Amino acid sequence: MAAVTTESGAGSGAAGSPEATGGSTGGGGWRRPHGPLQRYYGPSTAEAAEAAPDPTDINGPHFDPEVFMTKVRSECPLGQLLAREAALGREIRALDSDMQTLLYENYNKFISATDTIRKMKVDFRHMEAEMDDLAANMAAISASSARVSAALQDRHRRGAQLAGVQALLRKLQALVEVPGRLRRWAGTEPARALRCHARARAVLRHYRHLPSFRAIEDESHAIMADLAQRLRTRLRCETLDPKELTECVEMLLQLEEPAEELSEEFLSQAGARLEAELAALEAELPTADPSGTASTPPPPASDILDFVDRGSSAFVGTLCQLAGSYRALFGGDTGHLEPFAAALATRYFALLERRLALERGLGDTSLLVRALDRFHRRLRALLELLPAGADAAAALVARAARERVDRYLRALQTFFLGCLGDVRQALAAPRPPGKEGPGLPDLLATLAASVLGQLKAVLAYVQLFTARDVAFASLPYFKGEFCVTAVREGLVVAFVRWLCRTARGFADGPAERGAPAAPPALLLLLARLCLDYENSTISYILTLTDEQFPPQDSGPAVTPGPALCAEARAAAQRLLDHYVQVQGAAVAQMLRKSVETRDWLGTVEPRNVRAVMKRVVEDITAIDVQVGQLFEEGVRRAQSSDSSRRAFSVYSSSRAPGRYAPSYTPSAPMDTHLLSNIQKLFSERIDIFSPVEFNKVSVLTGIIKISLKTLLECVRLRTLGRFGLQQVQVDGHYLQLYLWRFASDERVVQGLLDEVAASAAHRCLDPVPMEHSVVELICERG
Amino acid sequence: ARALTPQTAETDAIRFLVGTQSLRYDNQIHIIDFDDENNIINKNVLLHQVGEIWHISTSPADKGVLATCYNKTSDTKVMTCAAVWRMPKELESGSHESPDDSSSNTQTLELLCHLDNTAHGNMACVMWEPMGDGKKIISLADNNILLWDLQESSAKALLSSSTALEGKGQLKFTSGRWSPHHNCTQIATANDTTVRGWDTRSMRQIYCIENAHGQLVRDLDFNPNKQYYLASCGDDCKVKFWDTRNVTEPVKILEEHSHWVWNVRYNHSHDQLILTGSSDSRVILSNMVSISSEPFGHMVDDDELSDQEDQHQEEKIKEPLQDSVIATYEEHEDSVYAVEWSSADPWLFASLSYDGRLVINRVPRALKYHILL
Repeated sequence: MAAVTTESGAGSGAAGSPEATGGSTGGGGWRRPHGPLQRYYGPSTAEAAEAAPDPTDINGPHFDPEVFMTKVRSECPLGQLLAREAALGREIRALDSDMQTLLYENYNKFISATDTIRKMKVDFRHMEAEMDDLAANMAAISASSARVSAALQDRHRRGAQLAGVQALLRKLQALVEVPGRLRRWAGTEPARALRCHARARAVLRHYRHLPSFRAIEDESHAIMADLAQRLRTRLRCETLDPKELTECVEMLLQLEEPAEELSEEFLSQAGARLEAELAALEAELPTADPSGTASTPPPPASDILDFVDRGSSAFVGTLCQLAGSYRALFGGDTGHLEPFAAALATRYFALLERRLALERGLGDTSLLVRALDRFHRRLRALLELLPAGADAAAALVARAARERVDRYLRALQTFFLGCLGDVRQALAAPRPPGKEGPGLPDLLATLAASVLGQLKAVLAYVQLFTARDVAFASLPYFKGEFCVTAVREGLVVAFVRWLCRTARGFADGPAERGAPAAPPALLLLLARLCLDYENSTISYILTLTDEQFPPQDSGPAVTPGPALCAEARAAAQRLLDHYVQVQGAAVAQMLRKSVETRDWLGTVEPRNVRAVMKRVVEDITAIDVQVGQLFEEGVRRAQSSDSSRRAFSVYSSSRAPGRYAPSYTPSAPMDTHLLSNIQKLFSERIDIFSPVEFNKVSVLTGIIKISLKTLLECVRLRTLGRFGLQQVQVDGHYLQLYLWRFASDERVVQGLLDEVAASAAHRCLDPVPMEHSVVELICERG
Repeated sequence: ARALTPQTAETDAIRFLVGTQSLRYDNQIHIIDFDDENNIINKNVLLHQVGEIWHISTSPADKGVLATCYNKTSDTKVMTCAAVWRMPKELESGSHESPDDSSSNTQTLELLCHLDNTAHGNMACVMWEPMGDGKKIISLADNNILLWDLQESSAKALLSSSTALEGKGQLKFTSGRWSPHHNCTQIATANDTTVRGWDTRSMRQIYCIENAHGQLVRDLDFNPNKQYYLASCGDDCKVKFWDTRNVTEPVKILEEHSHWVWNVRYNHSHDQLILTGSSDSRVILSNMVSISSEPFGHMVDDDELSDQEDQHQEEKIKEPLQDSVIATYEEHEDSVYAVEWSSADPWLFASLSYDGRLVINRVPRALKYHILL
């Protein structure tokens, strides 16, 4: 039995042990099915155990004296047992006395209740007798009331009849008076006459078989016909303002004139009025001048806001009023109204468009936006009546906006070209010796900053179109399509694309066909610009645009940034390649001329490095400086610390003669071939006009490759004497001394110069090479 | 070696002539026979002792007659001369005996006549009248065009007319071609960046493409089927196609090479096939369908096809319409200075590089069938 306390502990464990539950008496029985649940809800088992009945709790419902006794007996020492017994005895006594008190009180209350019930029974017997009396009296009263009402019934009926007759007589009186009244009001107050007639008409029509009534009816008819006639003439002749017109037609309608005819007449009247207003608007527009004598149209008399204001208050207001009254008059039948209004609205739109077309130039965008806004607001009222016009109006606003955006694009382009022109001028400007002009980086920074600034300004202008307080900004077009198609695609993307295209144009276009080619520095500058665009500016611009013009989710597809970046990169690549080709060609041309014009057979023993080689080195150094201003250094192959590089260069130059020494020995010409062929097998193929990377070293390597390959091909076309060969040797060594540091891989320079030397030896009649030390001496002296 | 030519008059065997360039040894002309069926190359050597060969061309009428431009070197002077030669009879149609020891089997060319150029300068190239009887040749010497009549079975060359290019700048001719059209009365020449057309009857210039290339023009060729079309190549790595009636703009530009293009050749019978050789050591075969004489659309008779088939056919034909590079051959290790189509087999061509390697290639079979079918 001692297991009982531990059982809850076991139950709170993962597995409820069966022997523990078997040991318990009361609690274990109902807890058993909960075992699996408890196991499942692992964490809550502790709580469950707390709520479990405790048979040793003396106040609990599941108290088991046996268990309690056992527990107390087994747990407590004797002193505690005695104290516990005394306490229990006290408690039991107190409970007994409480119980007795309660019992006594309850008994007293029961006795008093029995008394009360007895008294009530006596009183009810009295009340029954009085109720019977009351019923008898009520029956007598109702009988007498019935008698009185039967006596009065006859009188009442006669009175009602008399009242009816009097009402009828009054109506007749009014009818007789109708023609008189009609005649009185017809002249002055046609509306009142109409009301009067309307009231009388039904009755008259009903009683027309009686001669007297017919007379009245005929007379009133005549009067009304007369009135209708008068109204019609008024409708036709006079120029009424819309309100009078409406009244007039309304009255005619009440006179049961044919609605069809009336509506036509109404429309023609309204049309005339609206035409007049349109004509007034048109008068403000300068007439189209087909002859084109006036090249610039005179500035419009009023600004566009004014124009739109006038147009909307006069024309649109009237049209709205008329359309509203038409609808009120002729009900839902709008078959005539719609084409009519549509035609007029179209003309109005056409006028407005002409006026908008006059807004050439970049005037004040905010003014244009406000004008369009007003136009749109005014038109909204009309559009409720005329749903068909909504599209046209929205399209008009959209077109105007689009037009404006296009114009901004053109302005941006012009601006960029202007900037380019400035840059060209700055590059071409002769510089006073000693004073350097603005460097390429400065020019680049100025160009990029001014273009970006302009673009931002334009975006700010365009943003006016989507400002929150502009009504049409909430149109779906302006929310979605305008942002994406017009601004993002049409302005930003188009500008970037155009920029790339223009830049490419410098590389692709005029170079050969005699047109003035772009200066190489400009090519370099543009290449850097495009590269910057690719790296950062495009994403910046696009983010800016997307922030200012949030694109709609379901909007049309946009050009992704990476695509633009790729375009810019391609342009940059093309420009840089072109730069390399142009510079390479310049150097190559110099080399070619120098080789072709010299008499290599009859030349004297070389004393100096040829001037052209010095010039080549100078040019390449200049190019190096130029490129270095804009592009990073780049990585060299075989890169190492400065000192070791020098060591390598010394090594390679000292190794060089050993390497092609065999080619100078005339005894083994076949070996030379074999040797050079084997050498080529192991060296990689060099692409001469290959794309370059965006760094200085790569650019320089490209230029050097082009130059040296040219030298090689030219030497192969010549026949050299002994001194010719030696001159080539000296030149080659000189080039190698000065060019290796520009190239990314010395081996490229080395390989090409080796080939030059080998070819020269091959093309030599008397191949006796110069002593290497002499070559070095000459080069160092030069 | 730079000089390569097909044996023009030979129409059965595939045969090329290669001239060597060596300053220190006797130069040779190698006659290369290619046996298509057995894939065997057969070589015969002729000695050409007068100097290194810069240009070689063969008579269109007589298999045994050829002309070379060669360097004659004295101590302080190099002179390029030209001469007409006859090869030994037994080699005319290729020798089939003793291919093994061909190197020992050297024979000498028989000199027919010199083209006397003492008054005119260095010979750049010699052209035979393409359709003629092998009696007329034109040579370019510095800035002169010389028209020669060969008489007494080529034993004597008479200068029948000549003209000189005058003006300032670089006027030396680099190359020229004789047009097979207009009854062989036109030639085209290249000097510096300019391409010029001449009438051989009046020896007057008939057109001039200024700045045809950004740099030196290296070679030209006439489209064999379209009389006004001309291809040129040059140091700007480009191959350009011209319509000589409109010389302001090229019809088409190819930019595939990465260095100077030295040679351009139209295929003799399928003028959409263009062969170019460049000093980037590559030979490129291009398919220029859009400017060829090949019809674009209906190659098959419409009547023979039902509509459906017809449409299908059109689609199939339109598909390869794009101009494209067919193949790039990279067998050479050094600059390629000459490429030539075989005169006998229109699907075969040879290319020659500086190190003396001659490579014979075929047009890819798939393309061949595509063109034929």
